[in-house]
Amino acid sequence: MPRSGKSAPRPAPVPGTGHLLASDRVPGNASDERLSEDQLLAVLQEVKDPEVPVVSVVELGILRHLEWQGDCLRVEVTPTYSGCPATELIEQMIQQALQAAGIRQVEIIRRLTPAWTTDWITVEGREKLRAYGIAPPQGSASKLSLLGQDEKIICPQCGSENTRRVSEFGSTACKALYQCQDCQEPFDYFKCI
Amino acid sequence: MDQQQALQEYLLRLGDSALILGQRLCELCGKAPAVEEEMALMNVALDLVGQARNWYEYAAELENQGRSADDLAYLRDAHEYRNLLLVEQPNGNYAVTMARQFFYDAWHYFTLKALVESSDERLAGIAAKALKEVTYHLRRSSEWVKRLGDGTEESHAKMQEAVELLWRFTGELTSTDEVEKQLATAGLAPNEEQLACDWQGLVEAVLSEATLELQPEDAWMYKGGKQGEHTEHLGYILAEMQFLPRAYPDAKIW
Repeated sequence: MPRSGKSAPRPAPVPGTGHLLASDRVPGNASDERLSEDQLLAVLQEVKDPEVPVVSVVELGILRHLEWQGDCLRVEVTPTYSGCPATELIEQMIQQALQAAGIRQVEIIRRLTPAWTTDWITVEGREKLRAYGIAPPQGSASKLSLLGQDEKIICPQCGSENTRRVSEFGSTACKALYQCQDCQEPFDYFKCI
Repeated sequence: MDQQQALQEYLLRLGDSALILGQRLCELCGKAPAVEEEMALMNVALDLVGQARNWYEYAAELENQGRSADDLAYLRDAHEYRNLLLVEQPNGNYAVTMARQFFYDAWHYFTLKALVESSDERLAGIAAKALKEVTYHLRRSSEWVKRLGDGTEESHAKMQEAVELLWRFTGELTSTDEVEKQLATAGLAPNEEQLACDWQGLVEAVLSEATLELQPEDAWMYKGGKQGEHTEHLGYILAEMQFLPRAYPDAKIW
Protein backbone atom coordinates (compact mmCIF):
# COMPACT_ATOMS: atom_id res chain seq x y z
CA MET A 1 0.00 0.00 0.00
CA PRO A 2 1.34 3.45 -0.79
CA ARG A 3 2.29 5.42 2.28
CA SER A 4 0.90 8.85 2.73
CA GLY A 5 3.32 11.68 2.10
CA LYS A 6 5.26 9.76 -0.50
CA SER A 7 4.76 10.74 -4.11
CA ALA A 8 3.46 8.12 -6.47
CA PRO A 9 6.13 6.40 -8.54
CA ARG A 10 6.70 7.89 -11.95
CA PRO A 11 5.12 5.89 -14.75
CA ALA A 12 7.52 3.70 -16.66
CA PRO A 13 8.92 5.46 -19.73
CA VAL A 14 7.62 4.53 -23.16
CA PRO A 15 10.01 1.91 -24.58
CA GLY A 16 12.76 3.43 -26.61
CA THR A 17 12.22 6.99 -25.42
CA GLY A 18 14.41 7.03 -22.32
CA HIS A 19 13.06 9.50 -19.79
CA LEU A 20 11.99 12.15 -22.25
CA LEU A 21 8.67 13.85 -22.16
CA ALA A 22 6.58 13.98 -25.29
CA SER A 23 7.40 17.68 -25.66
CA ASP A 24 11.16 17.11 -25.73
CA ARG A 25 11.34 17.09 -29.50
CA VAL A 26 15.05 17.93 -29.60
CA PRO A 27 16.81 16.17 -26.76
CA GLY A 28 19.84 17.56 -24.99
CA ASN A 29 22.12 14.99 -26.59
CA ALA A 30 21.17 16.15 -30.10
CA SER A 31 24.25 16.08 -32.21
CA ASP A 32 25.20 16.82 -35.77
CA GLU A 33 27.27 13.68 -35.92
CA ARG A 34 25.65 10.95 -37.93
CA LEU A 35 25.17 7.62 -36.27
CA SER A 36 26.47 4.64 -38.19
CA GLU A 37 24.09 1.97 -39.44
CA ASP A 38 25.14 -0.37 -36.63
CA GLN A 39 24.43 2.32 -34.05
CA LEU A 40 21.04 3.04 -35.62
CA LEU A 41 20.15 -0.65 -35.64
CA ALA A 42 21.11 -0.87 -31.96
CA VAL A 43 18.68 1.98 -31.24
CA LEU A 44 15.90 0.37 -33.29
CA GLN A 45 16.54 -3.01 -31.71
CA GLU A 46 14.93 -1.45 -28.63
CA VAL A 47 11.70 -0.61 -30.47
CA LYS A 48 9.44 -3.60 -29.90
CA ASP A 49 6.23 -4.67 -31.60
CA PRO A 50 3.52 -3.29 -29.28
CA GLU A 51 1.48 -6.48 -29.65
CA VAL A 52 4.41 -8.89 -29.26
CA PRO A 53 6.72 -6.90 -26.98
CA VAL A 54 9.61 -9.37 -27.18
CA VAL A 55 10.50 -8.90 -30.86
CA SER A 56 11.91 -5.69 -32.27
CA VAL A 57 11.03 -3.96 -35.52
CA VAL A 58 14.42 -5.12 -36.82
CA GLU A 59 13.78 -8.77 -35.94
CA LEU A 60 10.26 -8.64 -37.42
CA GLY A 61 11.73 -7.50 -40.71
CA ILE A 62 9.44 -4.49 -41.03
CA LEU A 63 12.35 -2.04 -41.01
CA ARG A 64 13.29 -2.01 -44.69
CA HIS A 65 15.86 0.72 -45.25
CA LEU A 66 17.87 3.41 -43.47
CA GLU A 67 19.46 6.25 -45.37
CA TRP A 68 20.95 9.63 -44.52
CA GLN A 69 19.88 12.46 -46.79
CA GLY A 70 21.79 15.46 -45.59
CA ASP A 71 20.88 15.88 -41.93
CA CYS A 72 17.69 13.91 -42.32
CA LEU A 73 17.45 10.19 -41.66
CA ARG A 74 14.99 8.45 -43.98
CA VAL A 75 13.49 5.32 -42.48
CA GLU A 76 11.48 2.96 -44.64
CA VAL A 77 8.99 0.81 -42.76
CA THR A 78 6.55 -1.73 -44.18
CA PRO A 79 3.32 -2.79 -42.45
CA THR A 80 2.83 -6.50 -41.71
CA TYR A 81 -0.84 -6.50 -42.81
CA SER A 82 -2.78 -3.85 -44.78
CA GLY A 83 -5.04 -3.24 -41.81
CA CYS A 84 -2.51 -3.66 -39.01
CA PRO A 85 -3.74 -1.22 -36.34
CA ALA A 86 -0.22 -0.92 -34.90
CA THR A 87 1.22 0.61 -38.10
CA GLU A 88 0.97 4.25 -36.96
CA LEU A 89 2.03 3.46 -33.40
CA ILE A 90 5.14 1.61 -34.58
CA GLU A 91 6.09 4.48 -36.88
CA GLN A 92 5.68 6.90 -33.99
CA MET A 93 7.78 4.70 -31.68
CA ILE A 94 10.58 4.53 -34.25
CA GLN A 95 10.51 8.29 -34.64
CA GLN A 96 10.63 8.83 -30.88
CA ALA A 97 13.45 6.33 -30.35
CA LEU A 98 15.60 7.96 -33.04
CA GLN A 99 14.93 11.45 -31.71
CA ALA A 100 15.78 10.26 -28.22
CA ALA A 101 19.08 9.04 -29.66
CA GLY A 102 19.81 12.59 -30.75
CA ILE A 103 18.69 12.60 -34.36
CA ARG A 104 16.92 15.86 -35.10
CA GLN A 105 15.26 15.07 -38.39
CA VAL A 106 13.62 11.75 -39.07
CA GLU A 107 11.43 11.02 -42.05
CA ILE A 108 9.34 7.85 -41.90
CA ILE A 109 8.27 6.40 -45.22
CA ARG A 110 5.60 3.72 -45.38
CA ARG A 111 6.55 1.27 -48.07
CA LEU A 112 4.10 -1.33 -49.41
CA THR A 113 6.27 -3.07 -51.99
CA PRO A 114 7.69 -5.59 -51.84
CA ALA A 115 4.98 -6.83 -49.49
CA TRP A 116 6.13 -7.97 -46.07
CA THR A 117 6.60 -11.69 -45.68
CA THR A 118 7.13 -13.79 -42.56
CA ASP A 119 10.31 -15.04 -44.29
CA TRP A 120 11.86 -11.73 -43.16
CA ILE A 121 11.51 -12.53 -39.47
CA THR A 122 15.06 -13.18 -38.26
CA VAL A 123 16.25 -16.40 -36.62
CA GLU A 124 16.55 -14.53 -33.29
CA GLY A 125 13.05 -13.13 -33.78
CA ARG A 126 11.62 -16.62 -34.32
CA GLU A 127 13.31 -17.96 -31.20
CA LYS A 128 11.97 -15.04 -29.15
CA LEU A 129 8.44 -15.65 -30.45
CA ARG A 130 8.66 -19.30 -29.48
CA ALA A 131 9.98 -18.48 -26.00
CA TYR A 132 7.09 -16.00 -25.62
CA GLY A 133 4.56 -18.79 -26.37
CA ILE A 134 3.82 -17.97 -30.02
CA ALA A 135 4.68 -20.65 -32.56
CA PRO A 136 6.87 -18.96 -35.19
CA PRO A 137 5.99 -19.26 -38.90
CA GLN A 138 7.09 -22.63 -40.25
CA GLY A 139 8.28 -23.22 -43.77
CA SER A 140 8.48 -20.59 -46.47
CA ALA A 141 5.67 -18.23 -47.43
CA SER A 142 6.14 -19.02 -51.11
CA LYS A 143 5.19 -22.65 -50.51
CA LEU A 144 1.81 -21.78 -49.04
CA SER A 145 -0.69 -22.95 -51.59
CA LEU A 146 -4.29 -21.94 -51.83
CA LEU A 147 -6.62 -24.12 -49.80
CA GLY A 148 -3.62 -26.13 -48.74
CA GLN A 149 -2.47 -26.76 -45.21
CA ASP A 150 0.49 -25.28 -43.42
CA GLU A 151 3.21 -27.65 -42.31
CA LYS A 152 2.98 -29.41 -38.95
CA ILE A 153 2.85 -26.71 -36.31
CA ILE A 154 4.95 -27.41 -33.23
CA CYS A 155 3.57 -26.53 -29.81
CA PRO A 156 5.70 -23.71 -28.32
CA GLN A 157 5.04 -25.03 -24.81
CA CYS A 158 5.93 -28.72 -24.99
CA GLY A 159 7.38 -29.16 -28.48
CA SER A 160 4.75 -31.68 -29.59
CA GLU A 161 3.79 -31.97 -33.25
CA ASN A 162 0.37 -33.26 -32.29
CA THR A 163 -1.50 -29.97 -32.68
CA ARG A 164 -4.72 -28.91 -34.36
CA ARG A 165 -5.90 -25.63 -35.83
CA VAL A 166 -8.85 -24.17 -33.92
CA SER A 167 -9.31 -21.09 -36.10
CA GLU A 168 -7.67 -19.51 -39.13
CA PHE A 169 -7.47 -16.25 -37.16
CA GLY A 170 -6.14 -15.78 -33.63
CA SER A 171 -5.80 -12.71 -31.43
CA THR A 172 -4.54 -10.64 -34.37
CA ALA A 173 -4.75 -10.96 -38.16
CA CYS A 174 -1.17 -12.24 -38.34
CA LYS A 175 -1.87 -15.23 -36.12
CA ALA A 176 -3.97 -18.40 -36.21
CA LEU A 177 -5.31 -20.17 -33.14
CA TYR A 178 -4.02 -23.69 -32.41
CA GLN A 179 -4.29 -26.18 -29.61
CA CYS A 180 -1.78 -28.82 -28.54
CA GLN A 181 -3.40 -32.25 -28.25
CA ASP A 182 -0.69 -33.43 -25.86
CA CYS A 183 -0.32 -30.67 -23.28
CA GLN A 184 -3.78 -29.25 -24.15
CA GLU A 185 -2.50 -25.66 -24.17
CA PRO A 186 -4.06 -23.35 -26.74
CA PHE A 187 -1.50 -21.14 -28.51
CA ASP A 188 -1.12 -18.56 -31.27
CA TYR A 189 0.69 -19.48 -34.47
CA PHE A 190 2.33 -16.72 -36.49
CA LYS A 191 0.99 -17.48 -39.98
CA CYS A 192 3.19 -17.70 -43.05
CA ILE A 193 2.38 -14.95 -45.49
CA MET B 1 -13.15 9.07 -69.95
CA ASP B 2 -9.38 9.20 -70.08
CA GLN B 3 -7.27 6.45 -68.62
CA GLN B 4 -6.51 8.23 -65.38
CA GLN B 5 -10.19 8.91 -64.71
CA ALA B 6 -10.95 5.27 -65.45
CA LEU B 7 -8.24 4.20 -63.03
CA GLN B 8 -9.59 6.52 -60.30
CA GLU B 9 -13.04 5.06 -60.81
CA TYR B 10 -11.67 1.52 -60.64
CA LEU B 11 -9.72 2.25 -57.44
CA LEU B 12 -12.93 3.50 -55.83
CA ARG B 13 -14.69 0.28 -56.82
CA LEU B 14 -11.96 -1.82 -55.20
CA GLY B 15 -11.86 0.36 -52.10
CA ASP B 16 -15.63 0.69 -51.70
CA SER B 17 -16.31 -3.05 -51.91
CA ALA B 18 -13.60 -3.76 -49.33
CA LEU B 19 -14.79 -1.01 -46.99
CA ILE B 20 -18.50 -1.82 -47.15
CA LEU B 21 -17.93 -5.53 -46.56
CA GLY B 22 -15.55 -4.65 -43.72
CA GLN B 23 -18.24 -2.45 -42.17
CA ARG B 24 -20.88 -5.18 -42.61
CA LEU B 25 -18.67 -7.74 -40.87
CA CYS B 26 -18.05 -5.33 -37.99
CA GLU B 27 -21.79 -5.35 -37.28
CA LEU B 28 -21.19 -8.88 -35.96
CA CYS B 29 -18.75 -7.64 -33.32
CA GLY B 30 -20.11 -8.94 -30.02
CA LYS B 31 -22.76 -11.01 -31.81
CA ALA B 32 -20.84 -13.76 -33.62
CA PRO B 33 -21.91 -17.37 -32.95
CA ALA B 34 -18.58 -18.32 -31.32
CA VAL B 35 -15.59 -16.44 -29.98
CA GLU B 36 -13.22 -17.93 -32.59
CA GLU B 37 -15.61 -16.82 -35.34
CA GLU B 38 -15.80 -13.36 -33.87
CA MET B 39 -12.02 -12.99 -33.93
CA ALA B 40 -11.83 -14.30 -37.46
CA LEU B 41 -14.60 -12.01 -38.73
CA MET B 42 -13.06 -8.94 -37.13
CA ASN B 43 -9.62 -9.79 -38.49
CA VAL B 44 -11.00 -10.23 -42.00
CA ALA B 45 -12.83 -6.91 -41.60
CA LEU B 46 -9.63 -5.24 -40.45
CA ASP B 47 -7.73 -6.54 -43.48
CA LEU B 48 -10.47 -5.23 -45.76
CA VAL B 49 -10.59 -1.78 -44.16
CA GLY B 50 -6.78 -1.55 -44.39
CA GLN B 51 -6.89 -2.50 -48.06
CA ALA B 52 -9.61 0.07 -48.66
CA ARG B 53 -7.36 2.73 -47.18
CA ASN B 54 -4.54 1.75 -49.54
CA TRP B 55 -6.85 2.00 -52.58
CA TYR B 56 -8.35 5.31 -51.38
CA GLU B 57 -4.95 6.87 -50.75
CA TYR B 58 -3.95 6.11 -54.31
CA ALA B 59 -7.30 7.33 -55.68
CA ALA B 60 -7.02 10.56 -53.69
CA GLU B 61 -3.50 11.19 -54.98
CA LEU B 62 -4.57 10.66 -58.57
CA GLU B 63 -7.59 12.90 -58.09
CA ASN B 64 -5.36 15.60 -56.59
CA GLN B 65 -8.27 17.70 -55.33
CA GLY B 66 -7.13 17.83 -51.72
CA ARG B 67 -9.46 15.02 -50.64
CA SER B 68 -8.00 12.45 -48.26
CA ALA B 69 -8.70 8.72 -47.95
CA ASP B 70 -10.95 9.56 -44.98
CA ASP B 71 -12.86 12.12 -47.06
CA LEU B 72 -13.51 9.47 -49.70
CA ALA B 73 -14.80 7.03 -47.09
CA TYR B 74 -16.85 9.40 -44.97
CA LEU B 75 -18.00 12.23 -47.19
CA ARG B 76 -19.47 10.48 -50.22
CA ASP B 77 -23.14 9.55 -50.40
CA ALA B 78 -24.62 6.27 -51.63
CA HIS B 79 -24.85 7.26 -55.31
CA GLU B 80 -21.12 8.06 -55.25
CA TYR B 81 -20.24 4.64 -53.84
CA ARG B 82 -18.99 2.08 -56.37
CA ASN B 83 -19.12 -1.16 -54.36
CA LEU B 84 -20.59 -4.44 -55.55
CA LEU B 85 -24.24 -4.97 -54.59
CA LEU B 86 -23.27 -8.30 -53.03
CA VAL B 87 -21.24 -6.78 -50.20
CA GLU B 88 -23.98 -4.42 -48.98
CA GLN B 89 -26.47 -7.27 -48.46
CA PRO B 90 -27.36 -7.90 -44.79
CA ASN B 91 -25.47 -10.48 -42.72
CA GLY B 92 -28.56 -12.71 -42.33
CA ASN B 93 -27.84 -16.05 -40.67
CA TYR B 94 -24.31 -17.45 -40.61
CA ALA B 95 -24.84 -19.34 -43.87
CA VAL B 96 -25.69 -16.05 -45.59
CA THR B 97 -22.68 -14.31 -44.03
CA MET B 98 -20.32 -17.04 -45.19
CA ALA B 99 -21.86 -17.54 -48.64
CA ARG B 100 -21.57 -13.79 -49.28
CA GLN B 101 -17.98 -13.92 -48.03
CA PHE B 102 -17.13 -16.88 -50.24
CA PHE B 103 -18.57 -15.35 -53.44
CA TYR B 104 -16.71 -12.12 -52.72
CA ASP B 105 -13.44 -13.78 -51.63
CA ALA B 106 -13.34 -15.88 -54.80
CA TRP B 107 -13.83 -12.74 -56.92
CA HIS B 108 -11.38 -10.77 -54.79
CA TYR B 109 -8.72 -13.47 -54.96
CA PHE B 110 -8.74 -13.79 -58.75
CA THR B 111 -9.03 -10.03 -59.23
CA LEU B 112 -6.00 -9.37 -57.04
CA LYS B 113 -4.08 -12.22 -58.64
CA ALA B 114 -4.56 -10.52 -62.01
CA LEU B 115 -3.81 -7.04 -60.61
CA VAL B 116 -0.43 -8.22 -59.32
CA GLU B 117 0.49 -8.36 -63.02
CA SER B 118 -0.89 -4.88 -63.70
CA SER B 119 1.28 -2.49 -65.70
CA ASP B 120 0.67 0.09 -62.96
CA GLU B 121 3.30 -0.57 -60.28
CA ARG B 122 1.45 1.05 -57.41
CA LEU B 123 -1.71 -0.90 -58.21
CA ALA B 124 0.31 -4.12 -58.45
CA GLY B 125 2.03 -3.40 -55.12
CA ILE B 126 -1.18 -2.85 -53.16
CA ALA B 127 -2.68 -5.95 -54.80
CA ALA B 128 0.34 -8.12 -53.94
CA LYS B 129 0.00 -7.20 -50.28
CA ALA B 130 -3.77 -7.73 -50.22
CA LEU B 131 -3.50 -11.05 -52.08
CA LYS B 132 -1.57 -12.65 -49.21
CA GLU B 133 -4.35 -11.70 -46.82
CA VAL B 134 -7.21 -12.65 -49.12
CA THR B 135 -5.72 -16.11 -49.72
CA TYR B 136 -6.52 -16.83 -46.07
CA HIS B 137 -9.98 -15.24 -46.33
CA LEU B 138 -10.86 -17.48 -49.26
CA ARG B 139 -9.48 -20.60 -47.61
CA ARG B 140 -11.61 -19.93 -44.56
CA SER B 141 -14.88 -19.02 -46.32
CA SER B 142 -14.57 -22.03 -48.68
CA GLU B 143 -14.25 -24.28 -45.66
CA TRP B 144 -17.40 -22.83 -44.11
CA VAL B 145 -19.43 -23.28 -47.30
CA LYS B 146 -18.36 -26.93 -47.38
CA ARG B 147 -18.87 -27.49 -43.67
CA LEU B 148 -22.38 -26.07 -43.65
CA GLY B 149 -23.37 -27.38 -47.10
CA ASP B 150 -22.13 -30.90 -46.39
CA GLY B 151 -23.16 -30.76 -42.74
CA THR B 152 -26.49 -31.51 -41.11
CA GLU B 153 -29.81 -31.49 -42.90
CA GLU B 154 -30.56 -28.08 -41.38
CA SER B 155 -27.18 -26.50 -42.15
CA HIS B 156 -27.38 -27.84 -45.72
CA ALA B 157 -30.83 -26.33 -46.21
CA LYS B 158 -29.69 -22.97 -44.84
CA MET B 159 -26.57 -22.85 -46.99
CA GLN B 160 -28.59 -23.82 -50.08
CA GLU B 161 -31.05 -21.00 -49.32
CA ALA B 162 -28.16 -18.57 -48.83
CA VAL B 163 -26.66 -19.49 -52.21
CA GLU B 164 -30.05 -18.99 -53.89
CA LEU B 165 -30.62 -15.71 -52.07
CA LEU B 166 -27.28 -14.19 -53.03
CA TRP B 167 -26.78 -15.65 -56.47
CA ARG B 168 -28.62 -12.77 -58.19
CA PHE B 169 -25.95 -10.35 -56.97
CA THR B 170 -23.03 -12.34 -58.40
CA GLY B 171 -23.54 -11.37 -62.04
CA GLU B 172 -21.77 -8.10 -61.34
CA LEU B 173 -18.63 -9.91 -60.22
CA THR B 174 -17.89 -11.41 -63.57
CA SER B 175 -19.25 -8.89 -66.04
CA THR B 176 -17.39 -5.72 -66.89
CA ASP B 177 -18.37 -2.27 -68.14
CA GLU B 178 -16.56 0.31 -70.28
CA VAL B 179 -14.33 1.47 -67.43
CA GLU B 180 -13.00 -2.01 -66.76
CA LYS B 181 -12.72 -2.88 -70.46
CA GLN B 182 -10.66 0.23 -71.07
CA LEU B 183 -8.31 -0.65 -68.20
CA ALA B 184 -8.09 -4.30 -69.23
CA THR B 185 -7.06 -3.26 -72.75
CA ALA B 186 -4.34 -1.07 -71.25
CA GLY B 187 -3.05 -4.00 -69.17
CA LEU B 188 -4.11 -2.34 -65.92
CA ALA B 189 -7.10 -4.44 -64.85
CA PRO B 190 -8.10 -8.12 -65.20
CA ASN B 191 -9.40 -9.59 -68.41
CA GLU B 192 -13.16 -10.20 -68.12
CA GLU B 193 -13.29 -13.65 -69.66
CA GLN B 194 -10.40 -14.96 -67.60
CA LEU B 195 -11.87 -13.59 -64.37
CA ALA B 196 -15.33 -15.00 -65.12
CA CYS B 197 -13.85 -18.38 -65.97
CA ASP B 198 -11.68 -18.56 -62.83
CA TRP B 199 -14.51 -17.43 -60.54
CA GLN B 200 -17.05 -19.80 -62.08
CA GLY B 201 -14.61 -22.71 -61.90
CA LEU B 202 -13.81 -22.29 -58.23
CA VAL B 203 -17.40 -21.58 -57.18
CA GLU B 204 -18.67 -24.67 -59.01
CA ALA B 205 -15.96 -26.84 -57.46
CA VAL B 206 -16.65 -25.65 -53.91
CA LEU B 207 -20.44 -25.82 -54.24
CA SER B 208 -20.22 -29.34 -55.64
CA GLU B 209 -17.96 -30.48 -52.84
CA ALA B 210 -20.41 -28.89 -50.42
CA THR B 211 -23.21 -30.97 -52.04
CA LEU B 212 -25.00 -27.75 -52.97
CA GLU B 213 -27.05 -27.26 -56.09
CA LEU B 214 -25.50 -25.02 -58.73
CA GLN B 215 -27.58 -22.12 -59.93
CA PRO B 216 -28.78 -21.72 -63.54
CA GLU B 217 -26.40 -19.81 -65.78
CA ASP B 218 -29.20 -17.69 -67.22
CA ALA B 219 -30.51 -16.60 -63.80
CA TRP B 220 -31.70 -12.99 -63.51
CA MET B 221 -28.90 -10.78 -62.20
CA TYR B 222 -29.03 -7.43 -60.44
CA LYS B 223 -26.40 -4.96 -61.57
CA GLY B 224 -25.47 -1.33 -61.09
CA GLY B 225 -23.48 -1.22 -57.85
CA LYS B 226 -20.25 -0.46 -59.67
CA GLN B 227 -22.00 2.46 -61.39
CA GLY B 228 -23.50 3.87 -58.19
CA GLU B 229 -27.01 2.35 -58.33
CA HIS B 230 -27.47 0.55 -55.05
CA THR B 231 -30.00 -1.48 -53.10
CA GLU B 232 -31.58 0.40 -50.20
CA HIS B 233 -29.24 -1.28 -47.71
CA LEU B 234 -26.27 0.92 -48.55
CA GLY B 235 -27.84 4.11 -47.19
CA TYR B 236 -28.28 2.56 -43.76
CA ILE B 237 -24.70 1.30 -43.69
CA LEU B 238 -23.37 4.74 -44.60
CA ALA B 239 -25.62 6.44 -42.05
CA GLU B 240 -24.04 4.42 -39.27
CA MET B 241 -20.50 4.52 -40.64
CA GLN B 242 -20.43 8.21 -41.51
CA PHE B 243 -22.41 9.71 -38.63
CA LEU B 244 -19.49 10.63 -36.40
CA PRO B 245 -17.16 12.28 -38.93
CA ARG B 246 -20.11 14.17 -40.45
CA ALA B 247 -21.40 15.33 -37.06
CA TYR B 248 -17.93 16.35 -35.89
CA PRO B 249 -16.01 17.33 -39.02
CA ASP B 250 -12.24 17.26 -38.77
CA ALA B 251 -12.33 15.73 -35.29
CA LYS B 252 -8.86 14.34 -34.73
CA ILE B 253 -9.32 12.42 -31.49
CA TRP B 254 -12.53 10.52 -30.98
